[in-house]
Amino acid sequence: MSGYPPPFDLAVIGAGIMGATAALRAAAGGMRVLVLERDVAGSGASGVNAGTLSLQIKRVGLIPYALIGHEWWRRAGDAVGFKCTGGYTLAFNEREQALLEERMARKREAGAPITLVTPSAVRAREPALSDRIVAASYCAEDGHADSTTTGRYLRSLLKSANVELREYRQVRSIESGGYGFRMTTPMGPIAARQLLIASGAWTSSVAAMLGVSLPVEVRVNTVTVTEPGPQRLLAGIGHATGLLTLKQKSNGSYLIGGGWQGIGGPDSGNGMIVGETLLQNLRLARFAVPAIADVRVLRSWTGFEAFVADYWPLAGALPGVPGAFVLACVRGGYTIGPCIGPLVADLILGREPALPLFDPGRVIAAENSTNALAPAAG
Amino acid sequence: MVTDLFDVAILGAGPAGAAAAIEASRCRLNAILIDEQASAGGQVYRCAPGIDAAHADPDREEGNALREALSDADIERKFGYRVWHVEKAEAGFRLHALGPEGPVTITTKALVVATGALERYVPFLGWEQPGVMGLASATVLLKAQQMLPGRNVVVAGAGPLLYAVAKGIVEGGGQVAAVVDAQPRRAWWRHARELASRPDLVKRGYSWMRVLRSAGVTVLHRYALHSVVAYGRELRAIIAPIAADGSPQSGLTRYHVNCDAVCCGYGLMPDTYVTRLLGAAHVYDASLGGWHVVVDEDQRCDVPGLYAAGDVAGVVGAAAAPNQGRVAVLSIARDLRRLNDREFAWHAAADKRVRARAARFGKVMTQIARIGDGAIATLPPDVTMCVCERVQKATLETAIGDGCATINDLKRATRCGMGPCGGRLCEDAVARLVALKTSRSRAAIGQSTARPPLRPVGLDAIAGTFDYDALPMPVPAPL
Repeated sequence: MSGYPPPFDLAVIGAGIMGATAALRAAAGGMRVLVLERDVAGSGASGVNAGTLSLQIKRVGLIPYALIGHEWWRRAGDAVGFKCTGGYTLAFNEREQALLEERMARKREAGAPITLVTPSAVRAREPALSDRIVAASYCAEDGHADSTTTGRYLRSLLKSANVELREYRQVRSIESGGYGFRMTTPMGPIAARQLLIASGAWTSSVAAMLGVSLPVEVRVNTVTVTEPGPQRLLAGIGHATGLLTLKQKSNGSYLIGGGWQGIGGPDSGNGMIVGETLLQNLRLARFAVPAIADVRVLRSWTGFEAFVADYWPLAGALPGVPGAFVLACVRGGYTIGPCIGPLVADLILGREPALPLFDPGRVIAAENSTNALAPAAG
Repeated sequence: MVTDLFDVAILGAGPAGAAAAIEASRCRLNAILIDEQASAGGQVYRCAPGIDAAHADPDREEGNALREALSDADIERKFGYRVWHVEKAEAGFRLHALGPEGPVTITTKALVVATGALERYVPFLGWEQPGVMGLASATVLLKAQQMLPGRNVVVAGAGPLLYAVAKGIVEGGGQVAAVVDAQPRRAWWRHARELASRPDLVKRGYSWMRVLRSAGVTVLHRYALHSVVAYGRELRAIIAPIAADGSPQSGLTRYHVNCDAVCCGYGLMPDTYVTRLLGAAHVYDASLGGWHVVVDEDQRCDVPGLYAAGDVAGVVGAAAAPNQGRVAVLSIARDLRRLNDREFAWHAAADKRVRARAARFGKVMTQIARIGDGAIATLPPDVTMCVCERVQKATLETAIGDGCATINDLKRATRCGMGPCGGRLCEDAVARLVALKTSRSRAAIGQSTARPPLRPVGLDAIAGTFDYDALPMPVPAPL
């Protein structure tokens, strides 16, 4: 096997938030790290999501991670367009109210500073909201960042930490052995002693190159932006079901998400908007914030969100392949990535992570425990 | 409202789409023709309904003949409908449109995309200010509104549209301060053989030149707009001689021309927004106006059920468009088993022949409308490249220097192309800039990903009326 350059200590496949923040921690721990990216940094979910940084839409078990992730985004500040705006989650009927109260109480117990507020208090602060609110919660920590800046920001962090980033290097095959890993890419071979798969929607196809079948599925989330309108909305707006995220950016445009599903997937290379589903998303937004009725919709797009049946992250050693690790399928990964990426790097460095990780072995052991619930995205 | 399933939906009622609709009626296909405008004709045969024409115009006459022929066709017509999304569906395609009665969903087995072309803009200093518009926009004013772009207009760019607009302004009673043609006079002669195939069009071109000559209009060849600045209440165009590659030549006379409007454009580009949205294959061919959807001999795209006709499949002009439209529909009739292979070949033979000849002529027009990359390379750093988001050339160059190598990448880094125009105004010039700065071919830079809506639409207008409790809410995420 001649022709392979001297190996890196760690190769990370995927230059999204997960892979880049793991790479940074591994490099800080003394490793020589290479990040390989099939497209460009932050071109996947990290760069096309709605930029919501909300504790109210995180899973209870992930709140401690989200709190740490939040701090990372706050420190990133202007470079990523971070805004701590506070956020409201709204319920419009009794069923939604029950859901809201139960869920927010649990998240509060887990450490998220969420309070319940009266509809009149919400409307006093945000007059643009619907007058049909029956219950609401508030979190002062909630806010957003501009996800289009993710790639540029990660690139600059990697550069200043001397982590080598190679873009447009889609890994085509991986061999493993006592020497570590040898990868082929369109621009030549690469060798590394250890490997981290942080490939988002492409995670299962990369793992398959190592002969590991990960039951990763992909959601095709829809995000919509409108043209700028007069400033009317300060806080981020969510819905008790998690099916709406809505914020007005500093340029006046509204960003509407909530995990409504398009079609397509990473294999076809493209996600596509389903008109009828998009309309439901827009109707929900229109109902929650009647003031957006008079703006024009500019663009709707899709982003891939990888998940496994139990909706918990894959974060740990790849079963059966010594030296290989995986980090993917983190619900709310935009917020949580900067927390969990370094934790996985700690594991790779042989250190004890400060918070528990999520053993990927469980999804291979228990592939039969499917969960039919459809989640909403952050 | 959701329609029944059509055999074929034809998107765009220009010369390609209208001919396709007439052929669909003849083939007894259950067809629907959709266009944003109030009547058929597209951009080239645009008409001003109810306004008496002041001058004879062969385009209007051809358009009227087309509209007349279409009026007998047994098809469903949706004029004044804006399609905002097209998606694949079980039986073919689903089109989401906004019409006078609100949102409409149209389902169809086959789709003919006849969306035509867009104008190619090459930025210059001051092109974003009021009073500066494209040649195609000026054509719309002249044809549909019978309005002048200004009283005293500088008409610049290249290609036949340049002279059509100048002649329209003179005939409408306006003054043309100067015609500024980036191409040398001999560019036309170089293609004499292809031009000779359409003596009628050559004759029409000569008549335009006669109109300009008798009005005493100055025509500058191998010149281009260097900049347009506000000059009191008017504009001043600074016009510079250019080299063969389009870059301004120093040391030669520049003209300063006062005017109240500037029209400038460099030919047409295929409007591939719909075919890109549907994931069809596209290729870059400068001689056909740039990126166009790939069609086979029978106007089929590589997406089953998808057909393209007219300039969207490569800008070859209105002359070849009806043939393409008819072949597309015959092809659908065959693919839906309404015609057998022999019948198809027999019916399509004449159109295919004419299509090839007309396309050769159209291709020459497309080539004559271009300006070299030097026009982009030599732009000053503070020229606005993306008008919607006000992104300057220097900002793009910095991002390209930081590693942005594709249009999508540059969009994320600079917001370039993210405004209401969806990149239609700036994408071509920006892609040329990336190609120049990274020493790659224009084709290697790619296109931006097309996203719905096809054009900006009012949120309330598409959301329509709805009952909150009837919204189909998926099951919430696990806690």
